[in-house]
Amino acid sequence: MSVPHFLLALLAEGPKYGLQLREEFEAGTGEVWPLNVGQVYKTLSRLERDGLAESDGAGSDGRDKTGQKRFRITPRGDEALAAWLRMPPDLTSPPRDELVMKVLVAARVPGTDVHEVIQAHRQYLVELMQQWTRLKEGEARDDLGLALVVDAELFRLDAVTRWLDAADTRLRRAAAEPARPAPAAGSAPAPQLRRLGVRR
Amino acid sequence: MSVLELRGVSKTYGEAPAKVHALDGVDLSVQAGEMVAVMGPSGSGKSTLLTIAGSLEEPTSGDVLVCGMAVAGMPRARRARLRRRVIGFVFQDFNLLPGLTAAENAALPLELDGVAVPKARAAGLAALDALGVAHRAGWFPDQLSGGERQRVAIARAVVGDRRLLLADEPSGALDSVNADEVMRLLHEACARGVAAVVVTHDAQLAAWADRVVFLRDGRVTGRTARPPGPESLLTPREIR
Repeated sequence: MSVPHFLLALLAEGPKYGLQLREEFEAGTGEVWPLNVGQVYKTLSRLERDGLAESDGAGSDGRDKTGQKRFRITPRGDEALAAWLRMPPDLTSPPRDELVMKVLVAARVPGTDVHEVIQAHRQYLVELMQQWTRLKEGEARDDLGLALVVDAELFRLDAVTRWLDAADTRLRRAAAEPARPAPAAGSAPAPQLRRLGVRR
Repeated sequence: MSVLELRGVSKTYGEAPAKVHALDGVDLSVQAGEMVAVMGPSGSGKSTLLTIAGSLEEPTSGDVLVCGMAVAGMPRARRARLRRRVIGFVFQDFNLLPGLTAAENAALPLELDGVAVPKARAAGLAALDALGVAHRAGWFPDQLSGGERQRVAIARAVVGDRRLLLADEPSGALDSVNADEVMRLLHEACARGVAAVVVTHDAQLAAWADRVVFLRDGRVTGRTARPPGPESLLTPREIR
């Protein structure tokens, strides 16, 4: 979650005060990700330092008559925002997912039914999805920001349940098939691709 | 009283050694106003469960009760009447009759049950109206979008005084936003007192249900409880 870029997007609509930015950030993300005031001002001072935002007040330090600072985006900030929006997030290397590890381990521990472990996780995920769906049925009907956040969460959880379904089926098939012989010593090394990309 | 109750329902096909256990001792109870999803992969027995619940097929053993009435041993004509009056079906591919308008499709179960045409059409229109497609009453299925077709199919499933709605992957042919709309409408039908069973392999669809039953190889492998309110998700979490 990139707070600096979300704040830049809010400033692209026009100059705003810190407290106003905090309120609009929370409203724009369906109030699912609360943001504290200190974090807003810390981020704004970093944006100012990097020349992406500036304060435009009456006083020399950018404060107006009420003593509050108003911020606006700079041309460099506009460019940085446009570039960030089009920059793909880093999804190239698979994270070392805890759930994947649990299933891999469950498949090896003697006396453990890996399918029962998978079902326990599947059930937990569906229960979580039921709660998000209640939110979609209710508050998110009239709140576009919240509806988008809820959809994102549901698709993410759905992807995990699909992976569990696939793992369940693969493990059943593997158990039903005769074991393949291990590769002979000195045979071709594992493809380089298998060694790539796992985040430490 | 449960609208649908399955007690120890089993279903086998074929003879030994090629015997297939499609369902094995399944218990399921669905109350009025409740939506239950039955979730499982292909071949888990969920479609068999739906056809048995809808009295389209007999279990090998166990009891099926619809509105407290045991389906086993019910004369064929009475069972057909039960299907026409009490049970509505929703399918993935809508199953609308192409030569009938939306209003005629929606009114069809009542007309087949001997209800006078004007009365059946009025009920069909009311059902279309409740599903937000009354303005398409005179349109034929091929003139409707996928979402509109499924709304007409749901109207046909709940027209009259149906108590039990059985849906097989009801939004499987739709994009996710239209699928949401279909599930919302099914949920609203439940809020009006209908009991619904939705079978699906899709967790997003199942998550609309009050309870989810997991099926694998004909057996129930898990059940979720009624979910807590969404407030638990809104507990503040700091972000970085």
